[in-house]
Amino acid sequence: MALNFIWLAMIVLGVCYAGFTGQIDLISPAAFAAAEQSVGILLEMAGILGLWLGLLNLAEKSGFVDMLAKVLYPIAAFLFPDIPRKDPAMGAIVMNMSANLLGLGNAATPFGIKAMEEMARLNGHSPVASNSMITFLVLNTSSVTLIPATVIGLRTKAGALNAVDIVLPTFLATVIGCTAGLLAERILRKWFS
Amino acid sequence: MAALYGISQWMIPLILVVIPLWAWFKQVSVYDCFVEGAAEGVKTAIRIFPYILGMLVAIGIFRGSGALAALTDLVSPVLGKIGFPAEVLPLAVIRPLSGSGALGVTAELINAYGPDSFIGHLASVMQGSTDTTFYILAVYFGAVGIKKYRHALWVGLTADCVGFLTAIFICHLFFPLS
Repeated sequence: MALNFIWLAMIVLGVCYAGFTGQIDLISPAAFAAAEQSVGILLEMAGILGLWLGLLNLAEKSGFVDMLAKVLYPIAAFLFPDIPRKDPAMGAIVMNMSANLLGLGNAATPFGIKAMEEMARLNGHSPVASNSMITFLVLNTSSVTLIPATVIGLRTKAGALNAVDIVLPTFLATVIGCTAGLLAERILRKWFS
Repeated sequence: MAALYGISQWMIPLILVVIPLWAWFKQVSVYDCFVEGAAEGVKTAIRIFPYILGMLVAIGIFRGSGALAALTDLVSPVLGKIGFPAEVLPLAVIRPLSGSGALGVTAELINAYGPDSFIGHLASVMQGSTDTTFYILAVYFGAVGIKKYRHALWVGLTADCVGFLTAIFICHLFFPLS
């Protein structure tokens, strides 16, 4: 299990490296600072998840998601052939895709987790990831976006001549990265059953 | 293009007003419905918390010990040969691991080399074109109790690597003399 291995490797390598370089005193503060920081993230996450999932509920109950789903359905149906059109999973996926496209990172995560929950239900709550889940993950880790808002903000603050000149290059890089990921998923799925 | 940034600033306020208003016209009891959804969000946050904690502590140790910087120094001569500037390498290493860490490195690079330098442009494109793969993996799969990730990690890292290499290539095309 790759993530178990990477998790362990980061800790072991970190502690050993600090030990060999005579800086073992760096480890405990780093570990506890990270643990503390995670509580801050929990509080922030709870607020942001609450806000966006509250809005998602409004968007679902009022039929807003259905309208959006109609527009994005051709792409979603191509990427997720296993998911029925009217399923709540499709609604959450479509909302997540829209949030990513618009560069709303903190909205994309709540919709993404919601989509995962719906896909887990379709998958009979199996502990094994489905192909749709992995496809969905690629869309999110490569974050196809039209407006990289955070970076534009950083560049503006730093006094860039043209803060948005990176929009098209970013879009191209993200689309090509995402396509590569989707192709890799199609190829590798046979080997990992 | 400047309009694009204007749009992005208007986006969230618009969403905040359009969705509830639309729901109101559709006879939804807006406040009750919002609270119902929000309750689910808070529960989800608590459920994913242990995964965030576990990831952050491991990454914190790896970074705080200096091992991450050592790894970066080790691989930069190799990557320098494919036109990958050594200055940007820490960003490529940290981008899949830590979102806040990557943002910090990007801000540092932009401030140190200038937003209109080649490095400033490349860091911006790299930051914007990929996401925190490990974190997303741990949180999304953690939230629904997935234990067997299958090929998810490899696929995610493939997308990251191709995205980074494309970013370098595209920046050489778009910003050759900067």
